[in-house]
Amino acid sequence: MLLYKKPSLLTDTNMHYCPGCSHAVVNKIIAEVLEEMNIGTENIIGVSPVGCGVFIYNYIDIDWVEAAHGRAPAVATGVKRMNPDKLVFTYQGDGEVTAIGTGEVIHACNRGENIAIIFINNAVFGMTNGQMAPTTPLGMKTTTCPDGRDPQLNGYPLPMAQLFADIQGTCYVTRQAVNTYKAVKNTKKAIRRAFDYSLQRKGTSVVEIICACPTNWKMTPVEANKYISDFSVKTFPLGDLKRP
Amino acid sequence: MFHHLLLTAVHATIQQGNVNIDNNRCKGCGLCVATCPAKTLQLSNNVNTRGYNFSQQLRPNRCIGCASCALICPDACITVFRTGLRKTI
Ligand code: SF4
Ligand code: SF4
Ligand code: SF4
Repeated sequence: MLLYKKPSLLTDTNMHYCPGCSHAVVNKIIAEVLEEMNIGTENIIGVSPVGCGVFIYNYIDIDWVEAAHGRAPAVATGVKRMNPDKLVFTYQGDGEVTAIGTGEVIHACNRGENIAIIFINNAVFGMTNGQMAPTTPLGMKTTTCPDGRDPQLNGYPLPMAQLFADIQGTCYVTRQAVNTYKAVKNTKKAIRRAFDYSLQRKGTSVVEIICACPTNWKMTPVEANKYISDFSVKTFPLGDLKRP
Repeated sequence: MFHHLLLTAVHATIQQGNVNIDNNRCKGCGLCVATCPAKTLQLSNNVNTRGYNFSQQLRPNRCIGCASCALICPDACITVFRTGLRKTI
């Protein structure tokens, strides 16, 4: 009996992500969820980001719009308003959501746009070689804070999910991870909920996913996933922050 | 675990599974190897067409078809089958 196979919406293109990168896990989960929803690929539009996740449009076989850096929620707003019956979601990293595109994402949530936002938080700017991001936990070392993030000098990790939960336009805000097979199952459920709420036009859904960037964390994939369980979740506790 | 079952002489059965790994899609990240509860997987000393030490199943008869490896695999390289129950004694 077949128990698991590569989702058919995931293309045969080899993904460019580094070995063990959580981006790939989330790409795979999104493809699984979309396949299971079975609403027809013509009814799904993704908005892809700038950053390590940029090539997602080559990996999941649906329609995509590539937005300028950080502007995915603004583009998704237009797409969804013109196609209110379609599933519209963005896929964005922490560079987009907590830095260059914070304005767009906050206001899309505040308007309660009926989109889902998949927010990959790997605590660094991955594509540009692992500089400190607004999401870097205190004490974590990066190329621009080699002694660890110091709040006196660098401020504090930005708790985006908490901010999203406080905004009236959001209907569902959750923080998940993909560092264990159980976490993968939970993330899959969360993404499914977010997509369902988006289709039901309940407001904006945000799924933040605490991800590993083994390359820039200078760890093996196994070490990086363990670091999430041992360290990252202290700054970013997992679970639902808001349910409709 | 098997030793313990043998001593208590129960007629335990266990799920038997089987995996198929797409060697050329694999990036040798080792997450499946670390996750497999039955310790059936190992990275090969050989490399695939992209230069990665791919994952392979060394002790297939120990696989319990739990799919943990497939869930954690970032590149969706692993297909998992359940092939039925087998006696552990
Ligand atoms: S740099 Fe980090 S986030 Fe980017 S693909 Fe590599 S592991 Fe993934
Ligand atoms: S299905 Fe389970 S037991 Fe079999 S190889 Fe995968 S993780 Fe190991
Ligand atoms: S988890 Fe996937 S990519 Fe990583 S070693 Fe195993 S089969 Fe290869």
